[in-house]
Amino acid sequence: MMKKRPDINELKEKAIKIRSTILKMLQIAGSGHTGGSLSEVEIILTLYKYEMSHNSKKPEWEQRDRFILSKGHGCPTLYAVLADCGYFSEDLLWTLRKMGSKLQGHPQRNVPLGLEASTGSLGQGLSIALGLALAAKMDKKDFRTYCLMGDGELQEGQIWEAAMMASFNKLDNLCGIVDNNKIQIDGFLKDVMNVEPLAEKWESFGWEVIRVDGHDVVGLMDAFDKVREIKGKPSVILADTIKGKGISFMENKASWHGVAPKEDEVEKALVELKKQK
Amino acid sequence: MEIKKVPTRDGFGKGLLELGKNNKDVVVLSADLTESTRANWFKNEYSERFVSCGVAEENMMSVAAGMALEGKVPFCCTFGVFAAGRAWNQLSISVSYMDLNVNIAGTHGGISVGPDGATHQALEEITLMRALPNMMVVVPADAIEAKKATIAAASIPHPVYLRFTRCGVPLVSKEEDEFIIGKAKTLKEGSDLTVIACGNMVCEALEAAQILQEQGVSVRVINMHTPKPLDEEIVLKAAKETKGIITCEEHTVVGGLGSAVAEVVCQNHPVPMKLIGVKNQFGQSGKTEELMKYYELTASDIVKRAKELLGA
Ligand SMILES: Cc1ncc(C[n+]2csc(CCOP(=O)(O)OP(=O)(O)O)c2C)c(N)n1
Repeated sequence: MMKKRPDINELKEKAIKIRSTILKMLQIAGSGHTGGSLSEVEIILTLYKYEMSHNSKKPEWEQRDRFILSKGHGCPTLYAVLADCGYFSEDLLWTLRKMGSKLQGHPQRNVPLGLEASTGSLGQGLSIALGLALAAKMDKKDFRTYCLMGDGELQEGQIWEAAMMASFNKLDNLCGIVDNNKIQIDGFLKDVMNVEPLAEKWESFGWEVIRVDGHDVVGLMDAFDKVREIKGKPSVILADTIKGKGISFMENKASWHGVAPKEDEVEKALVELKKQK
Repeated sequence: MEIKKVPTRDGFGKGLLELGKNNKDVVVLSADLTESTRANWFKNEYSERFVSCGVAEENMMSVAAGMALEGKVPFCCTFGVFAAGRAWNQLSISVSYMDLNVNIAGTHGGISVGPDGATHQALEEITLMRALPNMMVVVPADAIEAKKATIAAASIPHPVYLRFTRCGVPLVSKEEDEFIIGKAKTLKEGSDLTVIACGNMVCEALEAAQILQEQGVSVRVINMHTPKPLDEEIVLKAAKETKGIITCEEHTVVGGLGSAVAEVVCQNHPVPMKLIGVKNQFGQSGKTEELMKYYELTASDIVKRAKELLGA
């Protein structure tokens, strides 16, 4: 079944807008995770603007597709996309990480706002997603479940416990996505704790593996189309990305993992983003 | 006057550096939080004795156990939530059951962690670690004590859990002060009431004692830097010599320092008590100072509870 695709140029522009929103949110918050929020923009955007069936006017609609952000520290991007989809007003974005805000430093479950699960302790999200998918199969419900993981997060053993269990249960309604930006907190994964060869690992755990450029919205849409056709096993999209994507002085730098940009840095970044339009 | 504040994790980093120099068996393991835990200070000097574990805390604890069996003295570094919470069963069976000299550094203890919110604010480490046989639990009051506690832990042939803060804490001790794990310190004498505190609550307790003093209430302040093994003698002395005990911890009151003190007091010499701490709630995002107020963990909260206890 072919789905109607959004306008590619509009989607690309939206990605730029989301990036600038993320930077402003983080600057106002004064702390948070910049690098891994910027690397996942196209992935989350494509999910919400193309792939997933959902309705911000009916956030509790039973048949909605579910999204679990296993790498919970990347929530600024999810918050920005949810606001863009109309789940809540943009004003809420500027309360990120502030006392009393519904937009916590790591996501706290709040279905009316579009937040499906509390995450932030790495390695747990794929198991939660698996649970949703398993329950859907039991109840013969058609919704699909998507789970975004970090590549560093794959070092958690629990991920592989879930990987084993998902294929054992033939969960073709479950789709994992890895934000494969090759950097964690301490540096490059290859220096901290190598997780490659990733495709072979997931394959040997019984998953269908699709590799894409995680910043190419067309490639991502193609990948999601393919995944929907895979029957009898779960799929994972290995999305190759750049940590800090879009801002020259942040790209591929582990030092931008958990640091918020200052005012002058945001100004410089916004100039760069403007040029990408 | 600007008060000098130092995160207790900095004291840990310094302690590791000294151990690196003096004890060739010391090895440091880290789960992708090497800078945040200050393990990088050791790593930069003694890279051959630094073990990068990646984001895999459970594995790290059991690996440390294996290394300890071969005579190494491991320090496992990560945030308290991931050390005490996520790897609890590994710390139980691989580490405590075999009673190994494995030391665990859980930084980012308490709600004072701030904007990261509930998932990163460790509130149960004292409870969880205290329940493990053989495991000792140390919560240094400042960075100076943190350094001494780190060095002391290496020479104790049992597992030691060390809890450190992310945020700055005023210094309440001096370099030349003696520090012995398991031996609490009376920081201020008093006859009406005793406040027993650990970690960053010690300085709040001192401030509260000062305020109460000015109002004519004589408060004894004890720095219980070791919730386990608890200095029972100093607790019972306080129970006998003052009218009541208040405990203070930036930690859940369920099973923490307050519970440890109450277990001793109620079985030997019952006196009125108040337990100050987080009341079985999750933390949340916010600034450190806002959160300390919200969860009622400031000097003025201690003053309030003291008056309640004295019936004034
Ligand atoms: C269980 C657990 N351990 C440690 C952390 C601290 N932490 C937060 S992000 C991170 C690195 C994650 O790297 P990766 O998954 O590659 O994320 P990305 O690069 O996409 O931001 C770590 C270790 C955590 N949140 N949870």
